[in-house]
Amino acid sequence: MKLEGRKIYKGIVEAEAIVTKDGISFYGGVDPDTGKVVEVGHELEGQSITGKVLVFPTGKGSTVGSYTMYRMKKKNTAPAAIVNEQIDTIIAVGCIISEIPCVDKIDINNIKTGQKIIVNGSEGTVEIK
Amino acid sequence: MRLKLTSEEKDMLDGKQGRSTQKSMEILTTLGEIFDAECMIEVYSVQIAGVSYANLGEAGLEFLGEMAEDGKVRVLTTLNPAGMDRENWQALGIEKEFAINQNRAIDTFAKMGIITTCSCTPYLIGNAPHFGQHIAWAESSAVCYSNSVIGARTNREGGPSALAAALTGKTPKYGYHLDKNRHGQVLIEVKVPVKGTDEFGVLGKIIGDKLVELGKKIPYITGISSATVEELKSFCASVATYGGTALFHMEGITPEYNMYPKPRDDIFEINQDNLNKTRSDLIDDDIEIDFVSIGCPHASIHEIATIASLLKGNKVNKEFWITTARPTKRIADEAGYSKIIEDAGAKFAADTCCVVAPIKGRFKGIMVDSAKACYYGRAKNKFKVKIGTIKECVKEATI
Repeated sequence: MKLEGRKIYKGIVEAEAIVTKDGISFYGGVDPDTGKVVEVGHELEGQSITGKVLVFPTGKGSTVGSYTMYRMKKKNTAPAAIVNEQIDTIIAVGCIISEIPCVDKIDINNIKTGQKIIVNGSEGTVEIK
Repeated sequence: MRLKLTSEEKDMLDGKQGRSTQKSMEILTTLGEIFDAECMIEVYSVQIAGVSYANLGEAGLEFLGEMAEDGKVRVLTTLNPAGMDRENWQALGIEKEFAINQNRAIDTFAKMGIITTCSCTPYLIGNAPHFGQHIAWAESSAVCYSNSVIGARTNREGGPSALAAALTGKTPKYGYHLDKNRHGQVLIEVKVPVKGTDEFGVLGKIIGDKLVELGKKIPYITGISSATVEELKSFCASVATYGGTALFHMEGITPEYNMYPKPRDDIFEINQDNLNKTRSDLIDDDIEIDFVSIGCPHASIHEIATIASLLKGNKVNKEFWITTARPTKRIADEAGYSKIIEDAGAKFAADTCCVVAPIKGRFKGIMVDSAKACYYGRAKNKFKVKIGTIKECVKEATI
């Protein structure tokens, strides 16, 4: 199945999806050293997002989160790609400065954790294998 | 996609003007597409936030370092407060390691041609746009002041998007850059006289809280007969902190109040009871005050003159900071105010403030004349807080 969305940041990546219905705050909500979600009570609390396609509705929290994403990229703990329902400025800017492929305007109910998916940030599509 | 770029903007995006310019244009065009901008516009000036090392961390610093490799600002660009006074940090109890890292950050900004007057009141020290000018500012209180009191036009930028605007001289034309998004949404009728920086801060909290409750952003305020620059900057800081407000109209005071229709649907009155209740919300029970700070937003020369006249011949018995922009401090030095204030035992904390300095847990209770400082004193620094007039703050410091 191929889903059509909107391109946010270029690049093509194939990786395993990790899906949540909760918003993500990279600043304070994700540990950039381990790549694990640390926000208390978050659906993904304790799980690693490193190297995965992180699928969530939208970003939240402090604008410093863009810098946290950049730090994760430099430390090789960043997600391989990001898929959102509706992008916000923190995640968009974070993806651009960290060069993480990103697509939004996707109905994330179509994607399940563990599925292999291809994110095409240059075309704005997500393909579920 | 709707966003149309000029040939120069396309060159920037294609990397013909260097890597930092390209990265900046990627940020700006992506935001432009997300918010459905038709084109980019030139900005007169930029104010950059995210300066304190406590907020930037190594991640932010690394990003800035990469941008500074070939990035140079194209328009007037100033900086938000840092985590410390650059000259007097030791006397204010800042750790050496923090000072070294803070200076690394400021030096990186300077390398890009940014004027490193670390202040949240750029409009008082030379980054002063005029009515209708497009700018790209971060710092919520300054965004609110420039949009509302000056009538310049800016969205609420974050650190990276403001830097991107500085390195290209452009911003996408959406949001508050457009007339259609500047109309008042809620009518606030103030039925009681409001006076002083503290009371304008209390008013800002009442209105900010109300806007959050209503899910609205732009208040149209009536019933304020006069307001000083200092009262307006305090109001801006408060309404931006509690309401996320970037723009308000104030009848008879701000320049755009009669440019758009007065809102008719949502009407909300403010009376003495509202002021009293919200003031008491900003005074914690059982507070033991061991820290007094004036200058959130940064104190003007007028406020410093007032503090000097109140402190003359007195001695302070508590830690007392006056936070201000370094150029304002220099005027205070020349005018003799600094000597009076320092002879009394109070301290200047230029370049920084009680919100961004790394002072979490260092004090038990803080007294301020700022509703914004109350919010961050509680949330970020874990202090008990008390709001009062400048005169009451000075009195507290000297008893």
